[in-house]
Amino acid sequence: MKTLEQKHRFATRWCHWVNFPVLSAMIFSGLLIYWAYDPYRIGARSVTLFHFFPDWFYDLTGINAQLARGMALHFALAWIFALNGIAYFIYTVVSGEWRELVPEQKSFREAALVALHDMGFKVPKPPQGRYNAAQRISYSAIVIMGGLSLITGLAIYKPAQLHWLTALVGGYEWARFEHFWLTMGYVGFFAIHIGQVIRAGWANFRSMVTGYDLVEATTIPETEELVNAE
Amino acid sequence: MPNKLTPEREMSRRTRRGFMALGAGAVVAAGGWQWLNAGYKRGGDIPSPLRTMLRFNERVVRSALFSDDHLVKTYPSSAIGELKENGDFGLPDDFDADSWNLRLMPLGGGLPVSLTMDDLRTLPRHEETIDFKCVEGWSTVTQFAGARFSEFVAKFAPGSANAGYVAMATPDGGYYVGLDAPSAMHSQTLLAWEMNGEDLADEHGAPLRLAIPVKYGIKNIKRIGKIAFGDTEPPDYWRERGYDFYAGL
Repeated sequence: MKTLEQKHRFATRWCHWVNFPVLSAMIFSGLLIYWAYDPYRIGARSVTLFHFFPDWFYDLTGINAQLARGMALHFALAWIFALNGIAYFIYTVVSGEWRELVPEQKSFREAALVALHDMGFKVPKPPQGRYNAAQRISYSAIVIMGGLSLITGLAIYKPAQLHWLTALVGGYEWARFEHFWLTMGYVGFFAIHIGQVIRAGWANFRSMVTGYDLVEATTIPETEELVNAE
Repeated sequence: MPNKLTPEREMSRRTRRGFMALGAGAVVAAGGWQWLNAGYKRGGDIPSPLRTMLRFNERVVRSALFSDDHLVKTYPSSAIGELKENGDFGLPDDFDADSWNLRLMPLGGGLPVSLTMDDLRTLPRHEETIDFKCVEGWSTVTQFAGARFSEFVAKFAPGSANAGYVAMATPDGGYYVGLDAPSAMHSQTLLAWEMNGEDLADEHGAPLRLAIPVKYGIKNIKRIGKIAFGDTEPPDYWRERGYDFYAGL
């Protein structure tokens, strides 16, 4: 006998699925802006291992020479990105769901086990609630990163009117540097996230869309009655 | 629920509904993106929904954020870097410095005034070392010296002190900017004739340029030939090419 179990509330799913296209568009328009001055690289002194970005990347994606459009898109969609993120943050705090999201002391130790387990090593997967230890850490980090993107973005956007904010993040040039690497962080997160979602399978993905999962019925009668009564 | 569904059927019902909602959301998002970018051509102006949002942001910043008291950060002379030339619109090579003068069109269509550099030098000289920020993303610490624009207005165009906008153009009209009056009248906005301790070089706008550190470099017009005051938004070179009119920092 199987039963329905709520996995993700509507507010969580709404914010997640709004954020996905908006953040994608923010990264795209951010690249249109970054193209106009693209100093960042991996390397030291005269040795450059990778320059962000090589010409072939700009040519391939067609993001060259569109600074004005990039700025206009970025400063329009930033409203949705910010308001959606703030709404999610408030919801998570007020609903108490932060307790299932924020890493616990043991999370940092357990996250290593989760990672090893997921990479195929024969280590036991630690017991978990809604999120496992690695998810707690990465999903909390991504929320904090979102906040930092907003702050560093505002520091670049209005360094004169918000001079205190620009100073707080280390000045104008550092703000741009931080803003860029936070974005690279999203790209890295996205790659791992998609990989994990594919690994976790259909039921997990479906639960992020519908909010529910079909699980083997537990013996607690109240739960069953609750679900059936719906 | 009157008709009891099995959990499996309840799940497929929720799945159908959930994915239809996600699909509808994807259609709305794709449609929104099309609408936002409709008619865009590389190098041209931006589509009107994006322009509307820039206008909205301008209103928010002008009413809630901008203040005369917000000064841009200043630096010691030791921090000065080498400012790129980065643009020569309105700066033809055959410019005749000796015949230059500044034409001033006061608010309300009064008689134009012609000023020379000697007239401008009668104003108190101010010096500031600020971070010159290009809309492209780079910035260079630069020192400017000249007269405060607000003091220039008080002396040479007192009747224009309440204008809503200021328009400036090169002598040949090849480059032109529009400025909202609060930014133009900011205490760090200078009509500059010196840069990094020397007279302005030709490529940096000799004999007189604008140094307005509360704006991106695109508003810091070089070689000013005309200044006009008005109550409607003046034409602006980069605004016509897709950039934000306000371009404030």
